[in-house]
Amino acid sequence: MDFSPTSDQVHIRDAIFRHCAQFSDDYWLDRDRSGEFPGDFYTSMAEAGWLGVAMPEAVGGAGLGITEAAIMMQAVAEAGGGMTAASTIHGPVFSLEPIELFGSDEQKARMIPPVLSGAEKMCFAVTEPNTGLDTTKLKTAAKKVDGGYLVNGDKIWITNAHVADRMMLLARTTPLEAVTRKTDGLSLFFTRLDRDHVEHRLIPKMGRHAVGSNMVFINDLFIPDDDRIGGEGDGFRIILKGLNPERILLGAEAIGIGRNAIQRAARYARERIVFDRPIGMNQGIQHPLAKCWMQLEAANLMVMKAATLFDRGEDCGVEANAGKYLAAESAFEACHTAMLTLGGMGYAQEYHVERLLREVLIPRTAPVSPHMILNFIAERVLELPKSY
Amino acid sequence: MKVLVPVKRVIDYNVKPRVKMDGTGVDLANVKMSMNPFDEIAVEEAIRLREKGAATEVVVVSIGPAKAQETLRTALAMGADRAILVTTDDAVEPLAVAKILKAIADEEQPGLVILGKQAIDDDSNQTGQMLAALMGRPQGTFASKVEVEGDSVTVTREVDGGLETVKLAIPAIVTTDLRLNEPRYASLPNIMKAKSKPLANKTPTDYGVDTTPRIETVKVSEPPKRVAGIKVADVDELVAKLKAMGVAA
Ligand SMILES: Cc1cc2nc3c(=O)[nH]c(=O)nc-3n(C[C@H](O)[C@H](O)[C@H](O)COP(=O)(O)OP(=O)(O)OC[C@H]3O[C@@H](n4cnc5c(N)ncnc54)[C@H](O)[C@@H]3O)c2cc1C
Repeated sequence: MDFSPTSDQVHIRDAIFRHCAQFSDDYWLDRDRSGEFPGDFYTSMAEAGWLGVAMPEAVGGAGLGITEAAIMMQAVAEAGGGMTAASTIHGPVFSLEPIELFGSDEQKARMIPPVLSGAEKMCFAVTEPNTGLDTTKLKTAAKKVDGGYLVNGDKIWITNAHVADRMMLLARTTPLEAVTRKTDGLSLFFTRLDRDHVEHRLIPKMGRHAVGSNMVFINDLFIPDDDRIGGEGDGFRIILKGLNPERILLGAEAIGIGRNAIQRAARYARERIVFDRPIGMNQGIQHPLAKCWMQLEAANLMVMKAATLFDRGEDCGVEANAGKYLAAESAFEACHTAMLTLGGMGYAQEYHVERLLREVLIPRTAPVSPHMILNFIAERVLELPKSY
Repeated sequence: MKVLVPVKRVIDYNVKPRVKMDGTGVDLANVKMSMNPFDEIAVEEAIRLREKGAATEVVVVSIGPAKAQETLRTALAMGADRAILVTTDDAVEPLAVAKILKAIADEEQPGLVILGKQAIDDDSNQTGQMLAALMGRPQGTFASKVEVEGDSVTVTREVDGGLETVKLAIPAIVTTDLRLNEPRYASLPNIMKAKSKPLANKTPTDYGVDTTPRIETVKVSEPPKRVAGIKVADVDELVAKLKAMGVAA
């Protein structure tokens, strides 16, 4: 049990805060208002080599672990850019993992470097409108044709599909009726997002307006065999490998947002004078903030435990899910408490807390809902009967 | 030409220092430490000189606790070529630091030693000057511009009320002011590369320097609390108050 960060980890956190200092609170608020993709932030992070934090050196990465990626993404969110900053670069930071683990050498060399360098953007398309969390029932079909597959189907919530050049896609290659296990028959692709065959429609949503999520309509998209990652029918098992790291990163990001909100609130509470004293002198203001701090830091220990287990190659499903849940719930509480601390100004955009509150709801609900995590813990840890 | 840059690990400039209960110093337990900001400017300047071709190697040195290694790694990640860590757990006073730097300069023979004009923890503003004296070399302090031409360096100095430009024969000592440059932040590949750059471990005795303190800190106290100001109703009252205080006629 070692709770102290390594020298690399300290340097990463430091360097990220410095890097992000170029992008002010107002930069993020402006983007949130205009909905414009934070392209200059994206490019600057790519140029400074950050997108490849967890990718091997052979493909242009830094060869570090998910722990370092989590520390980096946490700092990205904590520096004030919140979920907008994190989601801008989320794809390249962790979604390339399946290619790295299951792709051929040719695929790794062809697919990974352009994303890490910032030359190509990517999106990750799993969720479907009619099947939701019941992933194995997804309906997008990839039919075998000469030299590849012809794909048809609808996806929803696909973040950055409107700006992406490449798409990581989970689709059925064998119909559900024809497989013995429902987890069979799904295949994973990483392919060009050909706008002649893929339409998108942005979903008007509550926050993180600069990083859009889309409905995606795939119509007769041809995907060459060379763009299939791993064996045909192995897609679901491949995707599963990436779920724990995703939860770890989302959890770390949520904590970053929560910490940022608490810092803003504490600063305001020290400075705002009402009834002839700083509002922060009142325990009714102090105690909720202190409680949020404790909950965030406790959640962070669980997230970092999950990351440490993952990097050691040990099973971390329980910790990754528990960490994501605790992080998201405590970060939501932190943003909400921060908003109340600022009184009326908590609701004003120029104080940035309302933006964080709107954004922190994303890690709370996605990529997996709190309900499903509670189901998982009840079943896996407490050995209770599966409820669904 | 080699450039030697001493860097100091100090309390981070964002941290509000807390004085220890017994008034013997500042409480450093669990406090974020960073590279002295003026030293960061010095490292940046040295790297720029190398990038321009005016320097060939940037050597950074830190004198302090083992943890000062982190500060050296930061400098290496910015782009310095190698590092020397002179480990000591004692507080080292500016004169002892200058003596150690002199011994290192004797070994390394740098064309320039670029230091921060002061460290933000003790604000001594002495080390560079003392080093220049010990080495018997010219100094350009409070630099806002540094230009190397052949065997001389032109330093623009920020002095009270304006700028002064001096030309020094190399080897020379330069201390940095805030406006000299804006230090870069490390990229991830450079952080990774920094890990394999050479870092030599030394002690003050290796350089034959006695670091026994000559100064005793008698007391450290918090700055006085700001008292509430006086509210005035209008300009007339303000003027009257200022006159009464004798600050306006
Ligand atoms: C901002 C944002 C960005 C996203 N980006 C992406 C992306 O890039 N790529 C992608 O593929 N997906 C993305 N998603 C989708 C996200 O992963 C899904 O929203 C999530 O998986 C839930 O699916 P659903 O919305 O269809 O919910 P549903 O499956 O319809 O569930 C609705 C509700 O019912 C609850 N529920 C369902 N079954 C049970 C049960 N058995 N027990 C208890 N409760 C249950 C759920 O917990 C949930 O609260 C994104 C979502 C958001 C909001």
